[in-house]
Amino acid sequence: MTDFFQDQPLRIAGHAFTSRLLVGTGKYKDFDETAEAIAASGAEVVTFAVRRTNLGQEDGPNLLDVVPPERFTLLPNTAGCYTAKDAVRTCKLARELLDGHKLVKLEVLGDDSTLYPNVVETLKAAEELIRDGFDVMVYTSDDPIVAQELERLGCCAIMPLGSLIGSGHGIQNPHNIRLIIEHANVPVLVDAGIGTASDAAMAMELGCDGVLMNSAIAHARQPVLMASAMKKAVEAGREAFLAGRMPRRQSADPSSPFAGRING
Amino acid sequence: MQIQLNGEPRDLAPDLTVAQLVDDLGLSGRRIAVERNEEIVPKSEHDATRLADGDRIEIVHAIGGG
Repeated sequence: MTDFFQDQPLRIAGHAFTSRLLVGTGKYKDFDETAEAIAASGAEVVTFAVRRTNLGQEDGPNLLDVVPPERFTLLPNTAGCYTAKDAVRTCKLARELLDGHKLVKLEVLGDDSTLYPNVVETLKAAEELIRDGFDVMVYTSDDPIVAQELERLGCCAIMPLGSLIGSGHGIQNPHNIRLIIEHANVPVLVDAGIGTASDAAMAMELGCDGVLMNSAIAHARQPVLMASAMKKAVEAGREAFLAGRMPRRQSADPSSPFAGRING
Repeated sequence: MQIQLNGEPRDLAPDLTVAQLVDDLGLSGRRIAVERNEEIVPKSEHDATRLADGDRIEIVHAIGGG
């Protein structure tokens, strides 16, 4: 942010963050690139996945050495889960992995080809996780009624997709994102679909509280440079939202005065 | 006895504890979490938890994801 303006922090479940850009750790060439991209993004919240250990090849570096829990707010996800039951199991494993950590990103997917959220299973999982004491940031469709229901269940952040995970198609239905924001009393973050910096800026200009992305950075030709671009885009979009855009007009309106023209 | 370890069958000596299994796998001191028959086995209970024939054990860690 600029030096003449101090934004409010992004508050989620008792945490306060300066950065409104949250990033994933998947699809990078190696851990060095992961670390450099995260540093360039300025992100304070970093997502990761929980998977079976590769038995017999345990000597490699661990992701948690690259993003140590002491320095980042880690956000374990339930990617790859297609049922509420598997998502709940995964969150419990993550809580054990991180010594009692409560903040999770819930995503329950519908099928392999769209990775579209299965909202029925998502609602079930959210209810069970919240009852068990988790702070649930929830990946969901851009349906405003589903978003309200997830908030009513107690989710601490609503994270509608902009478009399909990993598609880079940007925000396909900005009107729905706007509707979700208007009715929400918890932070709303676009999660999934961001392709480039202007998509991230657009999410923030719509009034989102933050943006979560992975592929847009990791699959850029130069991921570290794109991470830097995304940091600026999220900040620019946020400032533009707070500043309030000018009204749109049907006709031109000159910026230079008519009075005093030499041909007047 | 035989257990299912991360979805694969594995023959083990009887009466092995979770802590011994983790050690035998070279995972001691690493950031992992263990589930036994779909219930978490907290780190504090690895020493005291004995495996039984037919147990389904999952050992997970953090990897890159979004």
